[in-house]
Amino acid sequence: MIKSNLKLFVLSFLLLISLRPLQSAEMVDPIKVDWSFKGLTGTFDRASLQRGFQVYKEVCASCHSMQYLSYRNLGEPGGPEFSEQEVKAIAASFEIEDGPDSQGEMFTRPGKPSDKFKSPYPNVQAATAANGGAYPPDMSVLVKARKGGANYIYSVLVGYEDPPSGVTLDEGVYYNKYMAGNKIKMPNNLIDGLVEYADGTESTVDQMAKDVTTFLAWAAEPELEERHKTGVKVIIYLVLLTILVYLSMKKIWSRIDSEV
Amino acid sequence: MSEHEYVPKSKAAKWFNDRLPLLTLGAHLTDYPTPKNLNYWWTFGGILTFCLITQIVTGIVLAMHYVAHADLAFASVEHIMRDVNYGWLIRYIHSNGASMFFLAVYIHIFRSLFYGSYKSPREVIWIIGLMIYLLMMAAAFMGYVLPWGQMSFWGATVITNLFSAIPLVGDSITTWLWGAYSVDNPTLNRFFSLHYLIPFLILGLVVLHIWALHVPGNNNPVGIDIKKPSKDTVPFHPYITIKDAFALLVFMIIFAGFVFFTPNVLGHSDNYIPANPLVTPAHIVPEWYLLPFYAILRSVPDKLGGVILMFSAIFILFVLPWLDTSKVRSAVFRPIYRQFFWILVIDVLMLGYVGAMPAEGIYLVLARVGTIYYFLHFIVVMPVVGYLEKTDPIPMSISEPVLSGGAEPSLARKVNDKV
Repeated sequence: MIKSNLKLFVLSFLLLISLRPLQSAEMVDPIKVDWSFKGLTGTFDRASLQRGFQVYKEVCASCHSMQYLSYRNLGEPGGPEFSEQEVKAIAASFEIEDGPDSQGEMFTRPGKPSDKFKSPYPNVQAATAANGGAYPPDMSVLVKARKGGANYIYSVLVGYEDPPSGVTLDEGVYYNKYMAGNKIKMPNNLIDGLVEYADGTESTVDQMAKDVTTFLAWAAEPELEERHKTGVKVIIYLVLLTILVYLSMKKIWSRIDSEV
Repeated sequence: MSEHEYVPKSKAAKWFNDRLPLLTLGAHLTDYPTPKNLNYWWTFGGILTFCLITQIVTGIVLAMHYVAHADLAFASVEHIMRDVNYGWLIRYIHSNGASMFFLAVYIHIFRSLFYGSYKSPREVIWIIGLMIYLLMMAAAFMGYVLPWGQMSFWGATVITNLFSAIPLVGDSITTWLWGAYSVDNPTLNRFFSLHYLIPFLILGLVVLHIWALHVPGNNNPVGIDIKKPSKDTVPFHPYITIKDAFALLVFMIIFAGFVFFTPNVLGHSDNYIPANPLVTPAHIVPEWYLLPFYAILRSVPDKLGGVILMFSAIFILFVLPWLDTSKVRSAVFRPIYRQFFWILVIDVLMLGYVGAMPAEGIYLVLARVGTIYYFLHFIVVMPVVGYLEKTDPIPMSISEPVLSGGAEPSLARKVNDKV
């Protein structure tokens, strides 16, 4: 009885969790990609992260901010792991506003690794106004902020289609299979060969979408690799300790005529 | 307290103990006679203590880095996740810890319901426990508001708006709670203050909960009164401490699984979108542990009615010891009540499920059926079944059926004969 009770509880709890994604089913399920960072020991593909950063920098960054990341993050373990020189060069390629100086004036200077990613617009209102009334969301935690995560982001990037007959779109609105409501104000920015990858990888739409999604997944969860690694160690430690405590418990309870 | 008089060994210890009998208390806690047949459902008290301490410790560290300001809260959480050493670990332990805390408390409450632990002479333990549960819900709700994401903001808006249903003074009360004319920076500030306060209130109530427990001693799966100490009991240490430790470790493995491998699965993705008063999320859902009550709230077409029913769903539990008319504690010997117990479990799980769904169509019907059964269970089933049920024979003691290999009729008495 106790065993069946336990089963019921565990099953019910799992059921409760597994049913939650059913909450709204108005859009097409995102494409399932076999990401390298999935699973218990998943890690990021370093080369893909570096390519993804390039796509972000050359394409996404003209509209989307990424305000919670710093340039130094690009060189940290578990990320794209650019070298120190590369990080410095990347940071220095941006003009950062600083100040006020001793005269009370704001000034610009080349970026440093400790600077946050430069935002394309000074504020949300400016970003909204420049993009036809739709604010291009900050991408720092975008992968965590969308149901379906990386799969969803990737799907939207490759999900542009001509609208089905009968669907009319306003100026500046595009049809996307995976977007909620199928209408998106972001144009389809990815075309084959758009960026020239430094490592010579062919920049197909699919490749760029995968790379930039990988980059965004890292940006949202820069701790992922360390989390997975630590998690495995913690679980192994706990399991061993549990076994030891279980044996001790058996030994202690053997002193009396009762089952534990 | 303990039967025997504790005498410290050293003179210094005796001197101290005469002035503040902490050593006597320690000896009492160590020797505390505990029924030896407690099963693993009884390990959740220790697990819950662990959960509370974990939340307090991680919470104190988080508060060192968190900024309770509408413009800075979201960014400060990201600062914790990215720049604070092991900030991601501390925050994920804290956020998943809340879910683990509720998982454990629900098991603890349902264990009490199954084995009749709320019944005489343990009514005060039960009532203190419910006060802890109420404070836990308040703390969890306010904690969920702190990251100032979309679900934080809109969850706070929905829940605080409930108070506006109170006739005449509702709007004034809501404004007073907000400290503004909508959920805004003053709301966030006071929620942070209260979120920091409540765990320590809970800690105080936990002390009372355990104190009240140590007066009659533990209930047990057989649900009978036992002599203490006797061959039916074991000293708390080492027998119960080691068993609690084992159960806690198993619990921690599950806990760690969530923290390290799916830290966001129990949350809502919308809470990683900064709060925006101008954009309402498609579905506003509370955290999973509040969903059954959310379902009850929404099952009533009238706002005030829904609020009253939702609060009644909790407050009805306070009078449970007097609604249950059965003389037998443990559902093990109550064949009819046992069935209803499992129906209640399924009912609450179903309410939780429909609470996550839009309040329309079949979900609304299920929510209403579930709500009606929930109240029927306590108002009708418990008193009536208690009177009518023919209970199974219960053993005279814990040891006897164990020693003779089962509950033999010679050792048992028919309780229903006496009723």
